[in-house]
Amino acid sequence: MTRLLITKTPKCYVGGAFIRSESGRVAPLHDASGAFFANIPQCTRKDLRNAVEAAAKAGPGWAKRSAFNRGQILYRLAEMMEARSGELTEAVALGGTSKAEASREVAASIERVVHYAGWTDKYEQILGSVNPVASTHFNFTVTEPMGIIGVIAPDDSPLLALVSLILPAITSGNCVVALASSTQPYPSILLGEMLATSDLPGGVVNLLTGLRSEMLPTFATHEHLRALSVAVNAADRKTLKLGAAESVKRVNLLKAEEPIDWFSDKRQGVEEIRALIEFKTTWHPVGA
Amino acid sequence: MPKTFSKTNPARELVFGDLWEFDPAPETADPKLKKRYDLFINGSFVPPRAEQYFATINPAHETKIADIALADASDVDVACKAAQKAFTGVWGKMPGKERGKYLYRIARLLQDHAREFAIAETLDGGKPIKESRDFDIPMAAAHFFYHAGWADKLEHLAPGRQVAPHGVVGQVIPWNFPLLMLAWKIAPALAAGNCVVLKPAETTSITALKFGEICQEAGLPNGVVNIVSGATETGAAVIQHPLTMKVAFTGSTEVGKSIMRSLAGTDKKLTMELGGKAANIVFDDAPLDQAVEGIVNGIFFNQGHVCCAGSRLLVQESIADEVLAKLKRRIAVLRVGDPMDKNTDLGAINSREQLTKITELVKSGVMEGAEKYDTGCKLPAKGFFFRPTIFTNVSMSHRIAREEIFGPVLGILTFRTPEEAVEKANNTPYGLSAGVWTDKGSRILKMSTLLKAGVVWANTYNKFDPTSPFGGYKESGFGREGGKQGLLEYLKVA
Amino acid sequence: MTTMPAATAPTSLRRLFDEIGTVDQVGIEERVAKFTTRSLKKKSKVFGLRLAVSMVDLTTLEGKDTPGKVASLCQKALRPHDIGDIPPTAAVCVYPAMVKHAKKHVVGTQVKIASVATAFPSGQAPLKTRLAEVHAAVNDGADEIDMVINRGAFLSGEFGRMQDEIAAVVEACGQSTLKVILEVSELETYDNIRAASFLAMRVIRPGDFIKTSTGKTSSNATLGNNQVMLEAIRDHFLATGIPIAMKPAGGIRTAKQALHFLIAVKETLGDDWLNNRRYRFGASALLNDLVRQLEKERTGAYQAPWNFSDATEGY
Repeated sequence: MTRLLITKTPKCYVGGAFIRSESGRVAPLHDASGAFFANIPQCTRKDLRNAVEAAAKAGPGWAKRSAFNRGQILYRLAEMMEARSGELTEAVALGGTSKAEASREVAASIERVVHYAGWTDKYEQILGSVNPVASTHFNFTVTEPMGIIGVIAPDDSPLLALVSLILPAITSGNCVVALASSTQPYPSILLGEMLATSDLPGGVVNLLTGLRSEMLPTFATHEHLRALSVAVNAADRKTLKLGAAESVKRVNLLKAEEPIDWFSDKRQGVEEIRALIEFKTTWHPVGA
Repeated sequence: MPKTFSKTNPARELVFGDLWEFDPAPETADPKLKKRYDLFINGSFVPPRAEQYFATINPAHETKIADIALADASDVDVACKAAQKAFTGVWGKMPGKERGKYLYRIARLLQDHAREFAIAETLDGGKPIKESRDFDIPMAAAHFFYHAGWADKLEHLAPGRQVAPHGVVGQVIPWNFPLLMLAWKIAPALAAGNCVVLKPAETTSITALKFGEICQEAGLPNGVVNIVSGATETGAAVIQHPLTMKVAFTGSTEVGKSIMRSLAGTDKKLTMELGGKAANIVFDDAPLDQAVEGIVNGIFFNQGHVCCAGSRLLVQESIADEVLAKLKRRIAVLRVGDPMDKNTDLGAINSREQLTKITELVKSGVMEGAEKYDTGCKLPAKGFFFRPTIFTNVSMSHRIAREEIFGPVLGILTFRTPEEAVEKANNTPYGLSAGVWTDKGSRILKMSTLLKAGVVWANTYNKFDPTSPFGGYKESGFGREGGKQGLLEYLKVA
Repeated sequence: MTTMPAATAPTSLRRLFDEIGTVDQVGIEERVAKFTTRSLKKKSKVFGLRLAVSMVDLTTLEGKDTPGKVASLCQKALRPHDIGDIPPTAAVCVYPAMVKHAKKHVVGTQVKIASVATAFPSGQAPLKTRLAEVHAAVNDGADEIDMVINRGAFLSGEFGRMQDEIAAVVEACGQSTLKVILEVSELETYDNIRAASFLAMRVIRPGDFIKTSTGKTSSNATLGNNQVMLEAIRDHFLATGIPIAMKPAGGIRTAKQALHFLIAVKETLGDDWLNNRRYRFGASALLNDLVRQLEKERTGAYQAPWNFSDATEGY
């Protein structure tokens, strides 16, 4: 008799813990052949609220980590992903993508993490500046993380798009509350497990699954989210912008209705980091 | 040796009397104003299509200066189309180094006409002539000079990426630094290769329209800069126009939010420079006389009509009495009155509306239990004036501690530890600027890190420079103006 | 001798600054720049110029000084200009050897004789010698003594010694007014100027002066160091009730400069210091320009320099 396999209960990764939705709701996920695969938590606005609280707790500590340390941790994440790349490939392929394509997406995702691991202690040197003011002052501009960033991933490229949106945020010390692909959430469940073993402090990245249409209005209006970095359709962008106006939230919006080449090198780099930082300029007199 | 310095003795006071009074020293040069100002569209001054004009008045005398054209949506449409045509036909194609030379010309011409502009600015807006003469106008010229040099070096702004101008940029500016805000907006926009439709504030249109004359004198191609004066609806038309790909706004947070809402369904790129309620934090080891000077500069500069004004003074408890005493002595010699007098330190409040708002908020401060002090100085009989005012016994919940007053009104709060100071400073939806005064270098860097503000002035206040990025955190807006960071806001990065 | 026990003097500058506070260089220079934008017209200008004349310590401190030169200087102090009602200067300031020559020209007038003593300008002589010089000048009729502080003592942290020496000179002055020269250029920083001002003020008498410079080193009175000292005087007065007077010296050559200094006084110490008991200018060429500008105000015409200057160079 063959051994009955232990199936995994998919859980969201919030505040460093694996949780079910507070609502208790789940939605069945089927594989490409239509067979039942698992039940995925259907998170609610309260789950989002809890995730924001978790991010708020983790934020100051993460932002204070040295750039070197953040780089080490992000690189460790790449190691974790590489070690379980087979599993990630299976997860990406679950949505019907070919194994080869899924494998390419996983590889690109790992590369992307490594890319940002290398940026932690460099972007400041590109983006910041010492400004030659005309008066007798030393004047310099440094970057600071914005705070808690709301990420909403598109449906396709469920791993690569998610990673591409999260990484530039956390590279600079932001925390993230992310909603995974609504149609292909499973890679985010695995990513949560890898984040948990990557030395990244709990709460820095919080991954939710559920219905975009349900969660989006709360992403729009939650005032503690200081910025949104999303790939959504035009109607959703408008909802997000309307909500963002109420607390002058920053928005970094990609158009989900147009093809986005997540594999492109143009989807990564210091400009993506720039979109999610604040510039702070300090003046001080020069005298004896 | 007795420790003599802890408290000042109120019985011994200095006398700032009238032994040596200053005679009036009015600035008398000719600002070369016109009786009527038309719209500056496509390189010419044209009357508004509906033939509507409104009066602009001198807030120091409440007398009419000139009629200003009121642009409606159809005028704005013509302006935007002219800008678009200039962008596709000339400006967008022009090599950066050529664009730069136009900006250099503008900078030089502003210097040539500096005195005229200073007087016009003071007449129309009420700010002291010494500020328009020594700050607004030279700084406006400096912004053009700085950005001129960037025009052929844009590729250095986003390493490894391609940059391109947006096209037509719609800009709406406030009345507190009319020409300077224009320069902050137009100089980087043009350097980056955009064309501009700018709407000046209703109460201060003159220098913006005079700037049209500078554009003509500089031979700037038609349509590159368009100035459409008018009211709120004019600004809305600029912002909403389908041809404006980027919108830059400086003004109140309330209006900023409504602009964000109104553009939610569009792909326009935005930068917002909104309100502030800055904390100016003074530690007990600070160089106190310079701190007091910074406090005065922070709240009484331009009658407090400054978004980054240091309107909340946070003083360490142990020196609160001493700082207050020094502050009172310092403001005793501030001269309030005719903005055109070269010795005037505080001029007129920009408009009756603003004076009413300040008066109302000051009343609320008294009602809520804060203690009000002003110098009791004599104010001119006519015009909109307000005495430098200080509130003590202010608590964080008072309206005067939370709302932007935009006038010469300072609220004083105390703190005991650095942590408490940071907590109070950050306890606001705003985050534009902050001040820190201490002799301890490491504390400055720590405070600067903890303060949620886009600009931190340490042992100084209200300093500006074209090379220095300016802009806010939180509800004080987003995007920066000035420096390489500010310029990039006017470029698309691909 | 009323010496200050060295043990109670501050043991370090750091401790003194904890008490009196520091000065930010850029900040104070911004403050004084504002004085230079004040615009004086008509009556207010004439008032300022006349006030400045009345505050001049008309000075000659040269090896080639003779009784004759001093005599003509005294005449000029008494009557700065032939025409008009320009007031006399506050004092004539000379070396000790010239005191008795100067004194006889001003007896019975309001013009005082001031003398630099204490091995001016370096102060590098034994204390006994310096005190003897003070005694000699006072005995010859000096109403005012301008001494130099022991900068070496200050810079090496011997504050007690610095103060003891000042106290000894105070005693040697008897009824004469003392002006304590800090020699600001050798103290270098505004912090040091503030510290030295306080150390000096704590051992001198009400109405005694602190003074910027000897005029014999690389830099002299500036609006910046004048302001540091005015603010020190203000803080000392508010804390103790003791009014100390102020004398910038050296480098103030034009009427315009002098008016800037006076505006600083007006806006920092107020009306009570706008007189020659509380404020002086140590200068020589300044008087000529003050008179010249007063004549311009009186006549409405710009004046040629040669009517006012005894300088040999001219064009």
